[in-house]
Amino acid sequence: MSKFSPKPKKENKTDFAAIKKLLKYAKPYIPTIILALVCSLIQIAATLTAPVVIGNTIDFIIGEGNVDFGIILQNAGILGGLIGAAVLFQYISTLLINKASYFAVKDLRETAFSKLNSVPLSVIDTKSHGDLMARVGTDIDQISDGLIQGFSQLFGGVVTIVGTLAFMLSYNWLIAVIVVLLTPLSLFVAYFIAKGCHKMFAEQAKKRGELSGLSTEMLTNQKIVKLFAYEKRAEERFGVINGELKIAGQNAAFYSAMVNPCTRFVNNVVYVVVCILGAYLVIRGNGVPGMSAFTVGGLSCCLSYANQYTKPFNEITGVVTELQTATAAAARVFDLLETPDQPSDKNLPDLTNVNGNIEIKDVYFSYVKENPLIQGFSLSVKSGQKIAIVGPTGCGKTTLINLLMRFYDVDSGEIAVEGENVNEVTRKSLRESYGMVLQETWLKKGTIRENIAYGKPDATEEEIIEAAKSARVHNFIMKTEKGYETELGEDGGNISQGQKQLLCIARIMLNTPPMLILDEATSSIDTRTEIKIQQAFGNLMKGKTSFIVAHRLSTIKNADVILVMNKGNVIEKGRHEELLEKGGFYANLYNSQFEH
Amino acid sequence: MLKLIRFLKGYGLKTVVGPLFKLIEAVFELITPLVVAWVIDTAIPMGEGGDYSGLVTGGLIILGLGVFGLAFSLTAQFFASRASLGFGTNLRRELYKHINTFSYAELDKFSTTSLITRLTSDVNAAQQAVAMFIRLVLRAPFIVVGAIVMAMIIDVKMSVIFVAAAFVIGICLYIIMSISMPKYKGVQAKLDTVSGLTKENLVGARVVRAFGAEEREKARFNAASETLAEASVKVGALSALLNPLTYATLNLAVIAVLYFGGIKVDTGALTQGEIIALVNYMTQILNAMVVFANLLVIFTKASASAARINEVFDTKPSIEEGKGAAPDYDAPAVELINVTFSYTESGNPALENANLTLNKGESLGILGGTGSGKTTLINLITGLYRVKTGKVKVFGNDIKDYTFEELYSFFGVAPQKCVLFSGTVRDNMKWGNEAATDEEINLAIERAQAKEFVEAQKEGLNYVIAQEGKNLSGGQRQRLTIARALVKNPKILILDDSSSALDFATDAKLRKSLGKMREEEKLTTITVSQRVTGLKYCDEIIVLEDGKTVGKGKHDELMSSCETYREIFMSQNKGEETK
Repeated sequence: MSKFSPKPKKENKTDFAAIKKLLKYAKPYIPTIILALVCSLIQIAATLTAPVVIGNTIDFIIGEGNVDFGIILQNAGILGGLIGAAVLFQYISTLLINKASYFAVKDLRETAFSKLNSVPLSVIDTKSHGDLMARVGTDIDQISDGLIQGFSQLFGGVVTIVGTLAFMLSYNWLIAVIVVLLTPLSLFVAYFIAKGCHKMFAEQAKKRGELSGLSTEMLTNQKIVKLFAYEKRAEERFGVINGELKIAGQNAAFYSAMVNPCTRFVNNVVYVVVCILGAYLVIRGNGVPGMSAFTVGGLSCCLSYANQYTKPFNEITGVVTELQTATAAAARVFDLLETPDQPSDKNLPDLTNVNGNIEIKDVYFSYVKENPLIQGFSLSVKSGQKIAIVGPTGCGKTTLINLLMRFYDVDSGEIAVEGENVNEVTRKSLRESYGMVLQETWLKKGTIRENIAYGKPDATEEEIIEAAKSARVHNFIMKTEKGYETELGEDGGNISQGQKQLLCIARIMLNTPPMLILDEATSSIDTRTEIKIQQAFGNLMKGKTSFIVAHRLSTIKNADVILVMNKGNVIEKGRHEELLEKGGFYANLYNSQFEH
Repeated sequence: MLKLIRFLKGYGLKTVVGPLFKLIEAVFELITPLVVAWVIDTAIPMGEGGDYSGLVTGGLIILGLGVFGLAFSLTAQFFASRASLGFGTNLRRELYKHINTFSYAELDKFSTTSLITRLTSDVNAAQQAVAMFIRLVLRAPFIVVGAIVMAMIIDVKMSVIFVAAAFVIGICLYIIMSISMPKYKGVQAKLDTVSGLTKENLVGARVVRAFGAEEREKARFNAASETLAEASVKVGALSALLNPLTYATLNLAVIAVLYFGGIKVDTGALTQGEIIALVNYMTQILNAMVVFANLLVIFTKASASAARINEVFDTKPSIEEGKGAAPDYDAPAVELINVTFSYTESGNPALENANLTLNKGESLGILGGTGSGKTTLINLITGLYRVKTGKVKVFGNDIKDYTFEELYSFFGVAPQKCVLFSGTVRDNMKWGNEAATDEEINLAIERAQAKEFVEAQKEGLNYVIAQEGKNLSGGQRQRLTIARALVKNPKILILDDSSSALDFATDAKLRKSLGKMREEEKLTTITVSQRVTGLKYCDEIIVLEDGKTVGKGKHDELMSSCETYREIFMSQNKGEETK
């Protein structure tokens, strides 16, 4: 960063910072990129030499009876060589750049994905998934398009400009100087237009965002749209934004489309000057002091350069816009990559010999400081005990699970398993000691077998079937087309919610961890299956410490401890009878069930 | 892409004039080399004789051509932006309208995500293609053809070289494009896999971590990402051939021009300036072709997008709207006669031989486990799906006879998945009735037991609900969706398992309040539940199992006649006492 920079280092705010960071990821590919640039250098040199040879040939095609075929044939051979070199090296250079950019993107993408697996869960919970996906997906694509492809184009452009100037200088310094003087005109025009464009593009992007937001909301809930006959109104709302988008888009499109004709016009001016000045110099022959003779072939060559010279400017202006988008994208990607990881647990010991004794001491926790949730919560759980968590919806039952599983860390106080503070053992070993069935079922895209064996990929056929049987889902699986090999779609896809949940249960049945967390696990399974599952759970829970977010009275009544939660805090705890006697919140909740 | 041209309607003139102006500009550009040739052949000798007027004239003509070229091309750009954006806007609007006509069967066929992609990025790609078409694509053929014509004007025999070069380039273009286009689709599919994995990992973050499966997830992702990179490199290698091949062809043609031109100059048939002009034309073709090749990539993408859009347009809604019918409010509110239904042609029936009669002002309960056909029954009654066997009647008419508006106006539905929309509570309540007053809304909210919650917000009805109702608890959402259904003043209220997140006390109060509405306003209610408690007092309860009706009647009757019902009841109520 320049020492003239008035402000302290600002992460990712400047294009430069993002590009510098990107270089780190491009590092393994720098030899490839350099090789590509060398190839492109050779190609450009060959491309630029061709007009010289052509011009030289034209000088020997003077007029009737005045054509030197020896030179023509000789030059044709040289031209052929140049063309061959240009074609070969251009192809190699493109291949190399492609390879470097696609694989650098691959690396970056993998790093970003890996990051998603190491950030605290709060990041995933609070950021929009669409946004995170865009960062791993389109943003990274834009980086490759803009920065690597763009960079090579930029390089090619600059080399062409410099090379052309050098050739023109060698022909005639006056023409070269004039071309150099006129060039800024083209840049100025492009810059001026680009500046005007920026705002319009921002407006267009905003409207596009609004429109996609609206259509997502409506189409996702099309059932409600239909039942409420909301289509007309939805179309009206869509139409309004669509109309605004049209205006914004037309402005943006027209302004950006102005760049090309305008720079082309500037090119035309340059062309005229070269042509007329060149012709004048040809007429004067040797008559201009300080200049070597200028021939018609030289003029033809300079004209062809004047064409080639301005072309890269057009490209560069295009590349600049791309670079801007790319650096903006890079900034977003690095934003993600620089999100602090959850504290490392590499050097911590694994949690071993878990029997299910848990000690929660004076725990305080909140998601946001202003909104304290769990305050001074303590609980001692002995191996094999059943803890029921009850309370009205939104009372904070999942918060407790978040803390037990260390999806979130406590603000103060401690949770200890077998006397070990959970913050001082590896997360993996702690989490693997729990079997968890969440309210929101999650299955991965893949076969049923892969899903059941998710926690134990090396499980045998028998183990998998056994687990499915104890989860009472084996029969259903056998009824599907390919049995255990049936492919599930995205998010479990084509099977019902209840069946998904059964598969989730089978998944933990396979692992038989010493502690269990069941989050309303049975809420969407039909009652008769539910009974069977209760029995299976009974077997599974034998001797295991279990936390159950409970809806069923039987579960609640059989619990060793009931935690009654409301508004994020544990407000009562004890056994069923004790709590009933107490006549507090729980008693109220319980009694209301029998009211009509 | 061609099929979408109808959306240029209203922009026809602009679409024609745009390229026409481009053509004129291209003509100016093509005249330039002729002027340069004239300068070399005529003005230079004139200048050598001391007369510089030729130089001045030549310079002014080229500059003048540039000025006119600028004016024409700016106009063309202007028309292009109007026409393309107009096209995009029309297309987007019509596409959205068309999607709105889809019934559930069609929405299931495409997924929602895919429809959204089609509505946004695909339409943008098509729009971009139209803009590029008007602005640039036509220009390239103009230049190529124009350059050939100009070459003919200079010398017919020399123009053969031009034709041959153009032919070779055309062939290369065709071969490379036809091989690489399908491959691009493959790359796209691989990209979809990569983003699918990302999404899955985000949604399942808790499970992934609970099983300590982070490393395995990474390995899975990396494999997909690697395949993508390799496929991209392969396609890239193919399309990277295009530019070098074009370059080679045109420069070989230049060699031919120099050699054969040399012969012609030697015999006096051509001049030196004309040779320069011919070489210039070759360069112009090269420049135009490079632009053209780059544009083809845009078009490849656009034609894939256009195909995806057309697929939507070509899908006709499977449900036809009825002509309209007059409801008979004395007839039963809902009547099902021998209804059998399955979602797919070959699939097992989700509902088998269902019969039911529900009178106005009565309450119906539907009980059954997951997959028993409860939601299917609701979907059939509301007409979201249509029966192929049997008949569904609402207020005396087959639902097929009603217009959509008539039909949906009967029902107020609080769906299983309780969705609210971003906007205020009032906005959400007005979904069912745009003209609802605050009094009507407050009444509905009170009846749905959501009053306490709404009043607790200092903004009241202006309380802003975040997207998907994220700032509300499950119970609050459920009550608000019930209130929303009530604002509609429905004849038939349907609660599809929509009190599951309510605590016992609130649930009981809600039932009481609905009972009152049945008595006072002859509201007909249908309640779906997995729990007996919520249905016990219904006038009629249907018990479903695997799509079959296994019991029908009042609670007491079912207790004695229906084993499934009894079993469910026992497991939910007596269960704990006996344990």
